[in-house]
Amino acid sequence: MAESVGTSPVSIRSRDLTLNMGPSHPTTHGIVRLKVSTQGEEIVDCDIEIGYLHRGFEKMCENHPWNQAVVYVDRLNYVSPIINDVGYHMAVEKLLDIEVPARGQWMRMLTSELMRICDHQTCVAASCMELGAFTAFLYLIKGRDLLWEVLEKICGARVTTSYTRIGGLAYEPYPGMKEEILDLFTDLRDINREIDKLMSDNRIFIDRTRGIGALDRETCLSYGFTGPVARAAGIEYDVRVQHPYMLYNQVDFDIPVCSNGDCYDRYLVRLNEMEQSLRIIEQCLAKLPAAGPVSVEDARYTPPPKELVYTRIEPLMNHFKHHMWGHMIAPPAGAVYHAVEGGNGELGFYLVSTGEERPWKVRCRPPCFGLTQALKEMIIGGMVSDVVPIFGSINMIGGELDR
Amino acid sequence: MSETPEVRGFRDHGSWAGPELVEALRERFDSGMLGDSAAHGEREVTIRREILPALARWLKEEQGFEMLLDLTAVDYLGKRETRFEVVAHFYSLSGNRRLRVCVPLREEAAELPSLTSLWKAADWYEREIWDLYGIRFAGHPDLRRLLLYDQFKGHPLRKDYRMKDRQPLIGPEAVRPAGAGEERAHG
Repeated sequence: MAESVGTSPVSIRSRDLTLNMGPSHPTTHGIVRLKVSTQGEEIVDCDIEIGYLHRGFEKMCENHPWNQAVVYVDRLNYVSPIINDVGYHMAVEKLLDIEVPARGQWMRMLTSELMRICDHQTCVAASCMELGAFTAFLYLIKGRDLLWEVLEKICGARVTTSYTRIGGLAYEPYPGMKEEILDLFTDLRDINREIDKLMSDNRIFIDRTRGIGALDRETCLSYGFTGPVARAAGIEYDVRVQHPYMLYNQVDFDIPVCSNGDCYDRYLVRLNEMEQSLRIIEQCLAKLPAAGPVSVEDARYTPPPKELVYTRIEPLMNHFKHHMWGHMIAPPAGAVYHAVEGGNGELGFYLVSTGEERPWKVRCRPPCFGLTQALKEMIIGGMVSDVVPIFGSINMIGGELDR
Repeated sequence: MSETPEVRGFRDHGSWAGPELVEALRERFDSGMLGDSAAHGEREVTIRREILPALARWLKEEQGFEMLLDLTAVDYLGKRETRFEVVAHFYSLSGNRRLRVCVPLREEAAELPSLTSLWKAADWYEREIWDLYGIRFAGHPDLRRLLLYDQFKGHPLRKDYRMKDRQPLIGPEAVRPAGAGEERAHG
C-alpha cells in the first residue's frame, strides 16, 4: 500500500471539500453546525451556525411574572442550573433592594460550588471521552451522580433544579446534609486524582491537546472570554474575586491560572478548579448557621408556609396570588446588571423594570457566546481531528448560547 | 458560628467606574453626553449615537476598557419617546471597573456604527441585535441573522411582535437553490 502511494503521487485526485459537522454530530454535544471547508485534512474556512436551540427565552420572561422566570433560567445552562438561578435572583433582588439572610446565602454558595464541580466534571468527561478515554468519562460521570444524589435531596431534582426564589430558597437544607456531603469528599478527591493520573501525563491526550486551539491573551480579551478558558490564557479574571458577591469574600480559595491558552491548559484549569470548589464547600458547610431563615421574611416575596395555606384563608389567597400571578412583586422602575461566576465564566443578567409585575427585559449574557464565536478562529489552520478537542474544551452549552 | 456574619450580597458591589470617569467623559465628549446615573451603584452614561465610535475607541485605548462584555438592546415601545436603546457593558480588567453605555435610537433611524473593528466580540452581539430587534450596524462585515433562520419575518423581541405569533419553521437547507456553491459532504 505504502509503496503504490510513493510511486504514483500524481494519480491521487484531491479537491477541496465542504464538510458539515453537525447540527447533530457526535462531537457537537449540543446542537451547532460547523460548515468547514477543507483542503485535505486542513481546515481553511469555517462558518458556525447556531440558534438550533433558540426558544425565545427573553420573550417568555417578558411575558411572565418576575417569580416565574426561574424555570426558564434553569434551562439556560442545564449542567449548572443553580448558578443561573442564583444569578437571576440576585439581579432581581438588587432591583428590589432586598437582602437574603445569611443562611440562604451560604446555601446558595454551597450549591453553586456543587454545580461548578458538576459543570467541570461533565466538560472534562466529555472531552476525554471524545479523545478515546472512556474510562475517564465513566469515573467523572460516576462522581457527578454522587453529587446529583445530594442535589436531589436538597431540591428534589437532578437537572432542572429551580432551587432559588426571589428573596431566598425554595427549601431548607435537609437534616444530615452536612455529613452526607463531607462523606463524598474522599470519593470526589479520589476521582480527581485518578483523572489526573490517567490524563495529565497521557501521551495521546497531550499530543491531541497541547498547543491545540490556543489563542493569545489579547485575542481572548477581544472576544470577551471569561471563566476557565480565559484563565487558561493567563487572564486573571474571576467574578468571585474581582466582584465578590454573596459571601465569597469570607472564604479562602485560589484561582488556577495557566498561560498557554490551549486545550490542555483549559483541562488543567478545570481540574484544579474542582479542588478549589471542594475547599469552598468545606468552608460553607463549616460556616452555615444551624438554624435561621433561608428566605426574607416578607410576605410579598416569600409565600406562606404550607401549614398555613391549608388552614387559613389569607395565606391561601396569598399563596395563589403569589404563585399564579406573581402579585406584589413589582420592582421599582430601573435597570441593573448583576454577574456571577458560572461554570463557563461571567454569567450576567441585565434586567429592566418599568415598575410592573412583569419584567420589561431579561437579558442573559451567556459566557459561552464569545467562546463559540471564537471557535472559528481556533479551528482554522488546524486538522479536522483538532475540532474534537477544541470543541470539547470550550464547553459550549446550547441552552445559554441560543436562549 | 451563630453570630451574624457580615452579609455582603450585592450591596458593596463596588467594581463600577467612579464619577471621575463621567467627568472625563463630559470634558471630552461634552455635546454627545445625554445623561449619567449611578442607580444601584452602577455607573451608567447615556450618549448620542454619533459619538459612540469615538467614545468606544477612547474607552479602549486610553481608559483601559479591554473588554466588551455585553451588548444588547431594549425596545421601549409605548414607554419612551425614543423607541430603542442599545446597551453596552464595558469592563476594564486592569482597572477592575465596569461601565454601562446606553445609546437611545429612534425607530426610523435604528442604526448604529459597528464596534467590530474594536472588539471581536461585537460581531455576534450585533448580529443578534439585528436578528431580534432589527437594529442595523453600519460597517459590520457580515450582518446576517444569528439565532433565527434567514426566512424569518420580523424581529421577535420587538414589543409589537406578539408572543403568540407563529411562523412556519423552515430549515436552512430546504430553500437553498440546488447546487448553490456547496458540495455535498459525501460527494
